[in-house]
Amino acid sequence: MNITVTLFAQMIAFIAMIWLVNRFLWAPLSSMMEARRQRIADGLSASERGKHELKLAEERAVQVIKEAKERATELLAQANSRSTEILDEARNNAKAESERVIAGAQAEIGREVERAKQELSKQVSVLAVTGAERILKREVDAKVHEASIADLVARI
Amino acid sequence: MSAVENTGGGTVEYIQHHLTNWSVGQGFWTLNLDTILVSLMLGALIVFAGMRVGRNLEVGAPSGFQNFVEMVLEFVDTQVKDSFGKRDNALIAPLALTVLVWVWLMNFMDLIPVDLIPALLHMVGVDYFKVVPTTDLNTTMAMALFVFVLTVYYNIKVKGLVGYIKMFLFHPFGKFLVPVNIVMTAIEELAKPISLGLRLFGNMFAGELVFLLIALLTLGATISASLLIWFPLQVVLDVAWLIFHILVITLQAFIFMVLTIVYLGMAHITEDEH
Repeated sequence: MNITVTLFAQMIAFIAMIWLVNRFLWAPLSSMMEARRQRIADGLSASERGKHELKLAEERAVQVIKEAKERATELLAQANSRSTEILDEARNNAKAESERVIAGAQAEIGREVERAKQELSKQVSVLAVTGAERILKREVDAKVHEASIADLVARI
Repeated sequence: MSAVENTGGGTVEYIQHHLTNWSVGQGFWTLNLDTILVSLMLGALIVFAGMRVGRNLEVGAPSGFQNFVEMVLEFVDTQVKDSFGKRDNALIAPLALTVLVWVWLMNFMDLIPVDLIPALLHMVGVDYFKVVPTTDLNTTMAMALFVFVLTVYYNIKVKGLVGYIKMFLFHPFGKFLVPVNIVMTAIEELAKPISLGLRLFGNMFAGELVFLLIALLTLGATISASLLIWFPLQVVLDVAWLIFHILVITLQAFIFMVLTIVYLGMAHITEDEH
């Protein structure tokens, strides 16, 4: 029960124990717990960030959908107006073409009429000359009145 | 001395036998082998357990023993932080943890039946064996004195030598009672390690003694009718004291730790913080 050299032995043992406990128990466990604390904090902030990013992405998705809808509407309107345009154009073209064809045909008819008229007038003049000749054969020399007959023919 | 158990007399001898260390050497140079052996074995147990937990630490989902160790660790850390606050000292927490766990385990030896280990060792030729290292004044005073040395060291380190001397001169009664202050502060400072060591020693020694007294009830009893009374009584008393003593050993280990932290915390307070 007396204080003996055991005191110093125990003191050395105590110091050694403090060192050993620190080396094998305190240091690894407290650093591990610190790492865990860090990991939890990181995880929490990451989830917070993820939530924020999700919100942003949702907002962007809504924006993109809205834009796409607008664009689609615009395209549809454009297509509609373009189709009307094409129809109008086609109609106009057709009209113009038909008018052209009609005009051509009328011109052709005109020419035909003209030609027929000329032919007819020629023939009439010939007929008239012939008739006149026959009439005048007895009274007028053809050669003398040719100029007035030709003038007559031209007038016809 | 083995005859004591059989002769029926000699209760004093029985108790004295149990309070004698297994030792080598004479006078001051006595080495209490039982104290050193048991405390070192318990220390090795702590280190071994620490290594086992430390080898496969689970950061994500700890389980079983690791949970328990973490709980103890955080408990000690809270105690240290409560006392130290921002003043960080990497030595204090491991020191406090060592005190708590080691002292608790050494106290725990008290709960082993008083005659079991001495009787077993008697068979291999060891006549005296005190199982509880904390019933040896050398153990408790060794720890208390080391804490005292640390207290003085940190007092001087934090306050400076002048500050430390000032503490003796002007504390607690101001500058007009310097001689009284010196005596008062010296007593106060010296009382710290002495009370720290003696408290633990006294509690454990008394606890051990009560176990011995309970064991005395049937010491040397012969097979007779009276044994029918004494034997159940001893069992009941033993269990009751055992349960109570679980509280005592835990409380004493806790007190030793808290006082260690508090004394060292006081050493870290500078003059202007008073």
